[in-house]
Amino acid sequence: MIPAFADIEVGFELPAQQFAITRADLVRYCGASGDFNVIHWNERVATSVGLPDVIAHGMFTMAEAVRVVTDWLGDPGALVDYGCRFTRPVVVPDDDRGALLSVTAKVTEKRDDNTVLITISASSDDSTVLGKAQAVVRLP
Amino acid sequence: MALNQEFVGRSFPPSPVYQVGREKIREFASAIGDSNPVFHDPAAAAALGYADIIAPPTFAIIVSLQAVTGVAHDPALGLDYSRVVHGDQRFVYARPICAGDELVVTATIESARTVAGNDMLSARADVATTAGEHVVTTYSTIVARAAEEAGA
Repeated sequence: MIPAFADIEVGFELPAQQFAITRADLVRYCGASGDFNVIHWNERVATSVGLPDVIAHGMFTMAEAVRVVTDWLGDPGALVDYGCRFTRPVVVPDDDRGALLSVTAKVTEKRDDNTVLITISASSDDSTVLGKAQAVVRLP
Repeated sequence: MALNQEFVGRSFPPSPVYQVGREKIREFASAIGDSNPVFHDPAAAAALGYADIIAPPTFAIIVSLQAVTGVAHDPALGLDYSRVVHGDQRFVYARPICAGDELVVTATIESARTVAGNDMLSARADVATTAGEHVVTTYSTIVARAAEEAGA
């Protein structure tokens, strides 16, 4: 069941989630997405262009972050708008734990057209990695 | 290196048709670790009123970024693709992408600017069905980071 518009107030916090991101996840995402940019799987190349290490695809981080919204909605089709800036890379070390992405989200505005604005916060290694991450969802 | 301003405002011919396959959606959903049944199980999708499984929200990037990066690789633009990272991304959805959709993308370069030595290319991609139904519009900025020797 999609949450009802009438039941949601500004300030409502969606269930937070954490996502582990390993090198294997990035390789898999390369294949599934078709984005084979070398900085997402090759440390030698990543550091040669000034990055600290291999970094996650911004789109991978973006895909994980919105799961906090779509898992809450049940029906992802209620999402009408989703955007963010990639302010800091998620650095993924070459070990078995990888990086940890922590995502929280809360309702920051209710609008007249039965939509609500959700502000998403995503961080890794104590740094915010997405800027202005916002989703708009239409509720029944 | 300044980007070629002649690219700004340019629209590109519609992409070849992208046929949205059920297995590709499942592969993508699995790659992001998302087990929501509406991305995997046609019956679960049907229960929500969809004709087939739907794609996770960011699946649209597969269709749209291809059109944008095709432009970014054009040597005439002057973008150093080896230093490219994703700057920002937005999706505005008319409806979810659904297995069986036949999609075409029309990409438009909205701006090309250089900020503190970083070359930034912003593009819009309108994704529609071959029948002309608008599905999603994506807005992407890619950034070629300034080389260290340029003093960034």
